[in-house]
Amino acid sequence: MIEGYAVPDFVSDFWHLYIAAATVIGIVAMMWLLKSQTTRKLAAGEDAELMHPTWDGDLQEFNNPLPRWWMFLFWFLLLFGVVYLVLYPGAGKFAGVWNWSSADQYKQEKDRVDAQFNEVLKPFMGKDLMAVSADPVAKEMGQRLFLTYCSQCHGSDGKGSSGFPDLTDGNWLFGGAPDDIKASIANGRVGEMPGGLAGDDKGAKEVANYVLMLGGKPHNAALAEAGKAKYAACAGCHGEDGKGNNAAGFPNLTDASWQYGGSEAAITESIVKGRKGGMPAQMENLGEAKVHLLTAYVWGLGGGAKPVAPAPVVAVEPAADAAAPAPAK
Amino acid sequence: MEATYNYKVVRQFAIMTVVWGIVGMLVGVILSAQLMWPTLTEALGPLAPYLSYGRIRPLHTNAVIFAFGGCALFATSLYIVQRTCQARLLSDGLASFVFWGWQLIILLAAVSLPLGVTSGKEYAELEWPIDILIAVVWVAYAVLFLGTIIKRKTQHIYVANWFFGAFIVTIALLHIVNSIELPWMLAGGVWWKSYSVYAGVHDAMVQWWYGHNAVGFFLTTAFLGMMYYFIPKQAGRPIFSYRLSIVHFWALNFIYMWAGPHHLLYTALPDWAQSLGMVFSLMLIAPSWGGMMNGIMTLSGAWHKLRTDPILKFLITALSFYGMSTFEGPMMSVKTVNALSHYTEWNIAHVHSGALGWVAMISIGSLYHLIPRLFGREEMYSTRLINVHFWWSTIGVVLYIAAMWIAGVAQGLMWRATNADGTLTYSFAQSVAAMYPFYAIRLIGGLMFFVGMLLMAYNVWKTVAMGKAVNDARIPDAVQA
Repeated sequence: MIEGYAVPDFVSDFWHLYIAAATVIGIVAMMWLLKSQTTRKLAAGEDAELMHPTWDGDLQEFNNPLPRWWMFLFWFLLLFGVVYLVLYPGAGKFAGVWNWSSADQYKQEKDRVDAQFNEVLKPFMGKDLMAVSADPVAKEMGQRLFLTYCSQCHGSDGKGSSGFPDLTDGNWLFGGAPDDIKASIANGRVGEMPGGLAGDDKGAKEVANYVLMLGGKPHNAALAEAGKAKYAACAGCHGEDGKGNNAAGFPNLTDASWQYGGSEAAITESIVKGRKGGMPAQMENLGEAKVHLLTAYVWGLGGGAKPVAPAPVVAVEPAADAAAPAPAK
Repeated sequence: MEATYNYKVVRQFAIMTVVWGIVGMLVGVILSAQLMWPTLTEALGPLAPYLSYGRIRPLHTNAVIFAFGGCALFATSLYIVQRTCQARLLSDGLASFVFWGWQLIILLAAVSLPLGVTSGKEYAELEWPIDILIAVVWVAYAVLFLGTIIKRKTQHIYVANWFFGAFIVTIALLHIVNSIELPWMLAGGVWWKSYSVYAGVHDAMVQWWYGHNAVGFFLTTAFLGMMYYFIPKQAGRPIFSYRLSIVHFWALNFIYMWAGPHHLLYTALPDWAQSLGMVFSLMLIAPSWGGMMNGIMTLSGAWHKLRTDPILKFLITALSFYGMSTFEGPMMSVKTVNALSHYTEWNIAHVHSGALGWVAMISIGSLYHLIPRLFGREEMYSTRLINVHFWWSTIGVVLYIAAMWIAGVAQGLMWRATNADGTLTYSFAQSVAAMYPFYAIRLIGGLMFFVGMLLMAYNVWKTVAMGKAVNDARIPDAVQA
């Protein structure tokens, strides 16, 4: 029995006895019924009895004995049922002499196939992700894993679709270095933007135009000007310049990559309603070996970034610089 | 009046059986075409949402089961109960109420389902106001049928009526228990919407207790009642075994009640309930085949009639499909088989070998026997057309179910195929793409069956036009003993 699985199906012994009794009495009653209607075989050349009542002019009934083969079939099925219910759960809370449960069977099968598959997956565990990415066997397996577990959202080519990030374009919401990608797959990510920060629909449209302006894209200058002040509510996450904060998962609004669409209407909708994106964590479900292979495959789709070298220690105070108001020119 | 049979309500239901059969099967043809060409109905612009697959799929199932099948059962049961009890129906007013009430329910279903009004329970999609109407009409039908049995002149109750009686009582129980729901308006919501009083796995279990017994009693027990009248009548032979009918009647009714959980194998349903459902489903082979044997063996001594009588061909072919699908069903409820067959097109094959092969063919055969008698004629306008109809239907069903069997097994195998690293060999979309050839064959099979129904409509039309409605069928005074 798996820990935590033992859900009490029967809240009291009454229901257990009710089910068990109905099952046993029912099967015994069927046996009695079958027995009660069993008669001797007709002798050769003997005709079956024709019953007396006649309905609707000509409807009558013979009273042939039960066909022998049919009778034996019924007995066989009834006895099969009895044997099955002795071996397996069924008669109330009686677990059956084999103590079988579907949860146990699932666990055994999973353990068996996991052991089998791990043989194939294991050789790549712990190896450098960029090296794994270059290995043709790993790449093939990675692709199959991707098609099985990832393609439903990210597409079979990894290019995503509205609401589901493109993994090939080099624009990353949470970083594109091998370890960042692995963290995204293993632990999942939540990308949430609150709605309604720019006031009504009109305000949202103004902010949308300001955002378009920040990215140097076609926009309505008057609306953008009107949205500038309202953008202050956005700058906390997306930055004054709209370039976001990759490490924290705040999207860059100035590049060409839009998770929910980059048109004025789509941006306005994002501002009005907010957005909530979630990538489910895979480690518990897939295990280290598969996550490792998937990471290498996704990194190799074309968008992966080189691992960040340890930053040299520099004795400057960038914080003070950033906090200071930009000098007027 | 008391000296004659009420043929009016039988006639009304018989004609509407043909009409609803055509409507229901046409919707089925549209659905199967949509599976081939998913954007088929999008050209209808603003009308497209009402014909989208998800909305007309329940329309199809409701129309063929409850409109076509239901009208066939009302027509035949109300005819048989009068003829075998030598008594006019309990009340003409009640008979009219049942007819018009049932037609109103069908119309409400035909409007509400395309509008997306649904309770979301399979075969019980209609919302609470219609559920109440169904309960009222059904109780009226029960009173009408059982009341006629009570006032019978014959001493014994004919075997067909046992089956109709069991069907009527059980469907009332199933419908009412499964439809206990809370209208959302009690909490300030939309007036027509309701939610089941059961939650989670209990709701699923109650639903499939209902769902499987809708198959067991509506589509099996009741049609066996039809079989027990029209096969001996058409063959001119006594029923094979009274004793066999006793055993399989009680065993069928008792065992069917337990089989529902086989729709929920490998779900959150507790193991014990799954096992019970499987064991009792397997036992069902015996009582099901008991009915098939009793019908087929009734023909012994009259086998030659199968060569010349297309009505008998319909009736006996129906029993063969019944025997086949009642073997297939128990096999599919074996857990290991179910692991492959569940959620695949195999289910669609199984359902249609029952629905087209058994239910529709036994109804069609019975109607070809019944309709001339309701319009004062010896036989249908064209026996040749009945024969053509028989072959179109038979070939249509065989194409349909063979295609869906292969499709279902292929689908099940594709879904479970894995590579050496444990990944799936095929994506879901690949398994969908593999269905195209089988969907095409199924569409052809379904179309053939539908065309057969059109032939029937023409044949019925000509028979009615040449005949005259019989309203003076006298009840014989002498009670045969």
